[in-house]
Amino acid sequence: MAPISNWRTSVAERRAPGAASRLLGRLGEAVTARLWRLGFASRFFGYMLLHSGTALRRFQLTLREIYFAGVLSLIIILVSGLFVGMVLGLQGYETLQRYGSSEALGILVALSLVRELGPVVAGLLFASRAGSAITAEIGLMKATEQIAAMEMMAVDPIARVVAPRFWGGVISMPLLAALFSAMGIFGGYLVGVQLIGVDEGAFWSQMQASVDVREDILNGVIKSVVFGVAVTWIAVFEGYDAQPTAEGVSSATTRTVVTSSLAILALDFMLTALMFTGGNAR
Amino acid sequence: MSNAYAVEVARLSFGYDAARPVLRDVSLAMPQGKVIGIMGQSGCGKTTLLRVIGGALRPGSGVARVLGTTVNDLGGAALYALRRRMGMLFQFGALFTDMTVFDNVAFPLREHTDLPPELIHDLVLMKLEAVGLRGACRLMPSELSGGMARRVALARAIALDPQLILYDEPFTALDPISFGAIARLIRTLNDSLGATSVIVSHDVKECLEIVDYLYFMAAGRIVAHGTPEAMRGADEPFVQQFVRGEGDGPIPFHYPAPGYGADLELADIRG
Repeated sequence: MAPISNWRTSVAERRAPGAASRLLGRLGEAVTARLWRLGFASRFFGYMLLHSGTALRRFQLTLREIYFAGVLSLIIILVSGLFVGMVLGLQGYETLQRYGSSEALGILVALSLVRELGPVVAGLLFASRAGSAITAEIGLMKATEQIAAMEMMAVDPIARVVAPRFWGGVISMPLLAALFSAMGIFGGYLVGVQLIGVDEGAFWSQMQASVDVREDILNGVIKSVVFGVAVTWIAVFEGYDAQPTAEGVSSATTRTVVTSSLAILALDFMLTALMFTGGNAR
Repeated sequence: MSNAYAVEVARLSFGYDAARPVLRDVSLAMPQGKVIGIMGQSGCGKTTLLRVIGGALRPGSGVARVLGTTVNDLGGAALYALRRRMGMLFQFGALFTDMTVFDNVAFPLREHTDLPPELIHDLVLMKLEAVGLRGACRLMPSELSGGMARRVALARAIALDPQLILYDEPFTALDPISFGAIARLIRTLNDSLGATSVIVSHDVKECLEIVDYLYFMAAGRIVAHGTPEAMRGADEPFVQQFVRGEGDGPIPFHYPAPGYGADLELADIRG
């Protein structure tokens, strides 16, 4: 008769492949589920674009969503932009004056905001403020059978509810990013020129001479449009796909903020690599 | 299958997965102009049957024919065209919470017709008058009681004068006054519109008062059917249990479970 220790080893040996295959199986299931969901989200995106006619034809539906996603986000965007610009003014001056080029503060503030911080921070704030609201609203409409009621009334909820929210978000996002950057530049001016005493003429003229419309501003606008599409797509999809319960809507709202934020950061890196590396090399 | 029936269902089966069939071999026929009740305990498949009739779920096998159209594989524009001839009242009304009572009732008219705003205004007020809530047209859904919300949803369901009205548990969580009001409205509106109504419910007393014909369901099957008079006197044990509200009978009180002793670990104590 084999000793007990050997028996345990033989059981462990027999179980080891089983445990490994179970682990692999679970991993496979998780990956498959995520791929399936990504596929569903892509089909949803395509269907939404195809059924955007109502949102564009009856533009008052989209205007309403621009109000909810854009106008109601103004306070947080403007206040955040002002403070980010003021911090940039302080930190930028601190660094630039070491090299005796504090007049370049205007360039530093403007380029940081227009190229990078404007679209990214405005995108993150937009995801938290408007993206979460869109997911919660659509999720609750699903949980209270409003979406099902619309379908039973022969009205396509993707055309009537989802597409106007999507276009409302896509239109709002670049405008919010532009306002964020403008407010940030004003914040940098307040701190740099009014508080610290950097020359006002140098601040504005150097900014005007160095900020390029196509290389800097247009690229920033492209970034904010891409972030707007990503955040609003994630928000409407998570709302539409939410489990129709209080817990399901809560989880979907959290997923919107987390996924949107990660998507913004990942897309920002990719877009920056595409847009600005070539410019520097030139 | 003939045009005398608003809804015809033949040998219909449905399940969310193969292991758990929800509907098993269901056959029924609902004549036009009648109020038909589908009754059974919670989870017996009656709401699923209503969703198959409404085209929201596709049956695994069998045929569902609604207003002369087979809904089995209907999708897209054809399904929406059929639904324009149908109205549905959801369990808790499902009113659009961002719209006033007026806009809720006007919603299907604005979406599906090109009527001028003045005419839509008059039609909405007529529908609201029919359910006794013309005076509440400026209120938001959050300002309505459960019974009032159900009546507004009923006005919205009949906005396009449907030929078939589906009611999913219309009496749930209503006070006795609202209960009676909704029951009378279902009967009156059906008769004045010349429509066919299908009521899914487990409220026996009120249903027996207003329906013309009744189907009883248990575990996904039709177990009895007939007129309210016939059902009141039926010998069928399930019908008797349901009509009298008895706790135990053909539908057991206990959900299937392993042995009580094993669950309380009595075997271990004895061991």
